[in-house]
Amino acid sequence: MTNILSIKNVSKVYHTPKGEIVATKNISLDIEDGDFVAIVGPSGCGKSTLLSILNGQEKASSGTINYHNKTIGYMLQEDALFDWLNVLDNCLIGLKIKGKLDSDSKEYVLNLLNKYGLKDFIYSYPRNLSGGMRQRVALIRSLAIKPDILLMDEPFSALDFQSRLNISNDVYSILKAEHKTLVIVTHDISEAVTLCNKVVILSKRPSYIKKVYDINFDQNTLPSERRNTPLFNEYYQLIWKEIDYE
Amino acid sequence: MSKEHQLYLKKRKTKKILIYLGQIIIFIIFIILWQLLTDMKVVDAFIVSSPKKIVDTIVGLYQSHNLFIHIGTTIYETIISFIISMLIGIVFASLLWSSQTLAKVMEPYLTILNSLPKVALGPIILIWFGTTTTSIIIMAILISSIVLTINIYNGFINIDENKIKLVKSFTKSKIKLYYYLVFPSNIPTIISNLKICISMSLIGIIMGEFLVSKKGIGYLIMYGSQVFNLDLVMSGIILLCIVATTLYYLVYYIEKKYEKTTH
Ligand SMILES: Nc1ncnc2c1ncn2[C@@H]1O[C@H](COP(=O)(O)OP(=O)(O)OP(=O)(O)O)[C@@H](O)[C@H]1O
Ligand SMILES: [Mg+2]
Repeated sequence: MTNILSIKNVSKVYHTPKGEIVATKNISLDIEDGDFVAIVGPSGCGKSTLLSILNGQEKASSGTINYHNKTIGYMLQEDALFDWLNVLDNCLIGLKIKGKLDSDSKEYVLNLLNKYGLKDFIYSYPRNLSGGMRQRVALIRSLAIKPDILLMDEPFSALDFQSRLNISNDVYSILKAEHKTLVIVTHDISEAVTLCNKVVILSKRPSYIKKVYDINFDQNTLPSERRNTPLFNEYYQLIWKEIDYE
Repeated sequence: MSKEHQLYLKKRKTKKILIYLGQIIIFIIFIILWQLLTDMKVVDAFIVSSPKKIVDTIVGLYQSHNLFIHIGTTIYETIISFIISMLIGIVFASLLWSSQTLAKVMEPYLTILNSLPKVALGPIILIWFGTTTTSIIIMAILISSIVLTINIYNGFINIDENKIKLVKSFTKSKIKLYYYLVFPSNIPTIISNLKICISMSLIGIIMGEFLVSKKGIGYLIMYGSQVFNLDLVMSGIILLCIVATTLYYLVYYIEKKYEKTTH
């Protein structure tokens, strides 16, 4: 496997009127092509900060990130769909903003929409979609610009349990089918264990990497099928004990 | 359709008709009472005028070819100041949005201007721009554009943080952020401010016409009161009611039309 994202000694200090906040300290991590990496850790430890740095929205205070010429897509906590645009236009917004909309890219997006159960909703407005469908639209929106690596910051935390299970399966199959690499921040250990092949545990703030677990499920099973298996329980216990809850 | 549902619909319809009927009856009773009380000299028609006299006055205005000049002048001035105020509101709000520092600097001035009763500036505007239509329109623009700027600016800065993050993940350009997110997400804000703008503009225009003009509905009312012609004053007020309601529904119509296109 080849590295497609190399993080070296990344630290981040925020300056506020009340003083300095050291969010992350010397984070180093290599992510390989096709990896699904979960980042877990206590609340406020700097998970979102790390993603914002990877995404280029924040500057690291020190350290380097090597993208190996790969491109990044980003999916946030809430689906943030634009309610004045229909599903198709929502999915095309990244391409439009980047000035990369052409008939090929539009074809690609339409294809994704057709493939992933939104065929009859292409011209619907977001308010007419269920929570799970909205997330799928948001996912296709981030896939539209054909990123090699997708960053997700607690993308499903607003959904109910049943929808989370479904979207977890969807994300897994869609990203595998499109050959993407995933870095996902989540509060939910079971989500991390079932969706990803690597779980990175961050410490309390200022956060460093406490431990990285490799998760080895059969690649042909879906996240929902991995739940409540003996292997799942084993990983769950291991990881749960590592996280510093207050 | 079930019988119960039919009954329900029927009840609803009856209620609606009753409401309309009530509204019309109140109007008719009011007019009849007014006419009767003045005819019977219970109240002095010189002071309160009467429906008949008002109709006569309006017909008189029409026959002397003045009616539509006055109405037209007021509507024209109102629409001009409405359009200019909307533009000013949008442009200024955009400028304030573009620079947080500028917005912070301007904040106290906007607050002062907003709380100041703009009619107090009337005499100054008169001195600067003379007794002209320009003065009237400037008066109205002053009144409506400041509120609009503040309202629209508030819409601009209250955008979902997540949507901003999303757009910023695609671009670093502030202009693109404005074009793809800030402006389109605030079209509903702008539309809902159209109503405020049209009523504010009309207030400003009437105020301006009180102070300055030689024509317009405000002038009719002011002139009527100066020569103690209460028929003219009342006619002016009635005309104003009609104009105000018409303009309001015009904007309401635009709003509904817009809502339809996005549903
Ligand atoms: N723009 C900022 N300015 C100052 N401090 C910040 C900023 N963003 C984050 N922080 C601080 O940095 C720390 C890490 O925040 P971050 O949002 O990355 O945590 P998180 O792990 O994502 O938390 P959560 O689990 O609650 O989402 C927090 O203490 C937060 O208060
Ligand atoms: Mg976070």
